Amino acid sequence: MSMNTQGRPTRPGEADGAFHPKTFTGNRGLDMEEPLIFEFGSLETTGVDLDEDDDVDFELGGHRRQDEIGLPGLAEPEAMRHYVRLSRNNYAIDSGLYPLGSCTMKHNPRLNEKMARLPGFGDIHPLQPVSSVPGALELIDELAHWLMVSTHMSAIAMSPKAGAHGELCGMMAIKAAHTAAGRDPKIVLVPESAHGTNPATAALLGYKVVSIGAKDDGTVDLDALKATAEEHTGNIAGIMLTNPNTCGLFERDIKLIADLIHAADAYFYCDGANFNAIVGKARPGDLGVDAMHINLHKTFSTPHGGGGPGSGPVVLSERLAPFAPLPFIRKTDKGLELVETTSATTEGEQPFGRMTAFHGQMGMYVRALSYMMSHGSDGLKQASEDAVLNANYIRVGLQDLMSLPFGERPCMHEVLFDDSFLKDTGVTTLDFAKAMIDEGYHPMTMYFPLVVHGAMLIEPTESESRAALDLFIATMRDLVMSAKRGETDRFSGAPYLAPRRRLDETAAARKPVLKWTEPEPAEVSPAAAE
Amino acid sequence: MRYLPLNDTDRSDMLARVGVKSIDDLFADIPENVRLNGLLDLPKRASEMEVERRLSAMAAKNTSAGSVPFFVGAGAYKHHVPATVDHLIQRSEFLTSYTPYQPEITQGTLQYLFEFQTQVARLTAMDVANASMYDGSTGTGEAVLMAHRITRRNKAVLSGGLHPQYRAVVEGLSSMAGDKVVSLPADPTGTEDILSQIDDETSCVVVQSPSFYGQLIDLKPIAEKAHAHKALLIAVFTEVVSLGLIEPPGTQGADIVVGEGQSIGNGLNFGGPYVGLFATRQQYVRQMPGRLCGETVDAEGKRGFVLTLSTREQHIRRDKATSNICTNSGLCCLAFTIHMSLLGQAGLTKLARVNHGNAVKLKKLLGGIHGVEVLNSAYFNEFTIALPKLAGDVVERLAERGILGGLPVSRLEPDNKDIANLLVVASTEVNTDEDRAAFADALKEALA
Repeated sequence: MSMNTQGRPTRPGEADGAFHPKTFTGNRGLDMEEPLIFEFGSLETTGVDLDEDDDVDFELGGHRRQDEIGLPGLAEPEAMRHYVRLSRNNYAIDSGLYPLGSCTMKHNPRLNEKMARLPGFGDIHPLQPVSSVPGALELIDELAHWLMVSTHMSAIAMSPKAGAHGELCGMMAIKAAHTAAGRDPKIVLVPESAHGTNPATAALLGYKVVSIGAKDDGTVDLDALKATAEEHTGNIAGIMLTNPNTCGLFERDIKLIADLIHAADAYFYCDGANFNAIVGKARPGDLGVDAMHINLHKTFSTPHGGGGPGSGPVVLSERLAPFAPLPFIRKTDKGLELVETTSATTEGEQPFGRMTAFHGQMGMYVRALSYMMSHGSDGLKQASEDAVLNANYIRVGLQDLMSLPFGERPCMHEVLFDDSFLKDTGVTTLDFAKAMIDEGYHPMTMYFPLVVHGAMLIEPTESESRAALDLFIATMRDLVMSAKRGETDRFSGAPYLAPRRRLDETAAARKPVLKWTEPEPAEVSPAAAE
Repeated sequence: MRYLPLNDTDRSDMLARVGVKSIDDLFADIPENVRLNGLLDLPKRASEMEVERRLSAMAAKNTSAGSVPFFVGAGAYKHHVPATVDHLIQRSEFLTSYTPYQPEITQGTLQYLFEFQTQVARLTAMDVANASMYDGSTGTGEAVLMAHRITRRNKAVLSGGLHPQYRAVVEGLSSMAGDKVVSLPADPTGTEDILSQIDDETSCVVVQSPSFYGQLIDLKPIAEKAHAHKALLIAVFTEVVSLGLIEPPGTQGADIVVGEGQSIGNGLNFGGPYVGLFATRQQYVRQMPGRLCGETVDAEGKRGFVLTLSTREQHIRRDKATSNICTNSGLCCLAFTIHMSLLGQAGLTKLARVNHGNAVKLKKLLGGIHGVEVLNSAYFNEFTIALPKLAGDVVERLAERGILGGLPVSRLEPDNKDIANLLVVASTEVNTDEDRAAFADALKEALA
């Protein structure tokens, strides 16, 4: 044991019978326990000073609120401390590698934040006169241009608010196109490996979802697709296919799939969640895609923000272009025009309706364009290449110890392992993931896609340095060896070192507590009250 | 490229480690005839300075709300957001995290979502609120679908006071899904007869209060009639600040409450990102769309929070899910929660009073102008005036004089000539007496 000059141990845990103090506050140094605002805020307090209002002559009819709202207020320093303390219980890209497959957790440049906060973008109203916002139309049109060139598609619907909303938009355009052609097909084909949003979207529009199986190599089974297409001839609206797929593989038969779908009078919806793998390397418009959403918060790095806001513009093929929803920007000799209502449409424009009030996620458009301009054509291509290289580097660093369900072939921007390497270790995929938390990593995506057992989908993105990848690989190898050695304690109770130990999700769902309520006052006996 | 840590030495070493000769070997699955060899036809990389220069030039062409007397509302409102809010939401740990799939290391996000849900439930006087929708309009679409699931009917009745673009969202979704919608004609004064539209086939009645035109609506008789026919009342609002002063939909019998939360914590942003508030009664919680955060304990018995009732959601239930929503409005929820925590009910009530007081002052000023008629008897911070001229032309005249003076209804309802002279105006806490006087003067001139 090493001692300092006072004879005290220099490192905790080296002393015999290491002392773990039980603190009075429950805090552990910088790791602070923080109550809910309802438990320490006061109904009298406010952290906002407003100019004194004159006596108001209320004109509320009989609609004035009678009861108390029950919202505590915090003075500014209290609010600052509360939310700073909460923030410290979060893992984030800025604090470590975040290999959450399918989510593209890449660096979020702060230039983008700064640009989105320019008053000329952040402080303009969606319904102020169009003549007072020419720069806003210019920005949307410029981003639309970058997205259409990147995908080689004919048109774009900018307004969808996130990926799933983009899927809905694309499928509505497809439905509108069928209706315009006098068709009413009832079926949408969705591969087994698809994101849950795909079948959920199709079902929202009343479609029946027919699942398509995968081949042993993780890609769509073309023969099964052919057979299904024949079985349902004339009744297929389209296919919803992710490419690169959720196994991290590019669908090699994509052109054949597109041809098959088009021959069936159906449309090809591509889920663009994994576009980060191929920007500048291939264009969906060359692959036979009819519609694809682009997750600006993934590929183009508008931040994930703890679960949104996202933005999901949808690029459309020539066949679907007329059906793009309101609003859209029309280019004329006189400049850019904002088309907001059907009465402003001209020949050839048959918008299927409107996805949302206003014009979509302007704040995200600014960030995405700032990101794309910063990269340029060369940087976008380089980013995709680095993302793919990083994923493959992890693959070869782990493939001898972990199990690749589809063999040792190159992957795209994410690498999928299954849990067969954990067989007979007594460690589950979930346990393994929770042990990563103790090592300071956010776990990968688990149990998705559904086509492999105990899936672990790792997406490092291009934002990681080689040193960061080396440490991640070394850590994962240590964990695997540990599992194989039967050190189950390291896994079964993990995480040990996070702000919370494993949380009981079953109890949460069994008796849901979805808001704070005042605790019942403890019963006080008359004797004790005296 | 400043965002990419790998250098060329790293890249060649790593390719060797991977066992391929060139990066293109890793893209070999892309059919050769569609693989791009050159670059996309776009400009090359740009420095931070250059990007800032180009985007700032675009931004400078727009008239920002804070730079002029500003009176546009109609679903998005110019409010003052305390500096603390924007600082806190840019904390890395909030900004660059994602959906809290791993609760042990995302308690920060989960706890503010729990606070958010509680705040929204209390504001609306409902039992439960979810962890947000994209915005008020898409939330309204989801509310109608939810009502159809609960009632097993498929006819929605939409009030003529509903925001026209909200109506368009509901109509679009419904027509695609094969559901029925009865949309009542524009109702600036809140005098439509919606009760007679409710029958035994009705799934839900959708009523906005304050309405798109600013009118406060008594929801109680509508709730009663709806419930008598086993239909649901969906109450919509676009101005959440109003709940600081007016009776909440929950105490008026609403079954689902959906609204736009932008006013608290979030800027105008030309229409997005915003935050949809969504609340309902306890008995309908399992039919709700979107994420829910719930309380639980960890292995040591400490309180913690998790996403819960996920079996409603797309990633578990796929085509049987209650909605396809995944990513929602996380960071906008946080902005809302922080701003609302700063306000508290004391601050919110006062903020609401200032808003209403400013609208009353504006109404008196504008109502005193020859030829201007105020259409609303009871309102919050927004009302509708009828002008002797086309409102669209008047607004352009005002803009030329540097005043953004409300929304001409004709912009959203161009086909309805009866309302071509109507202007919806809002006055929030940001407006001064000078702003209002300038507006009134300019309007007088524009009408002269």
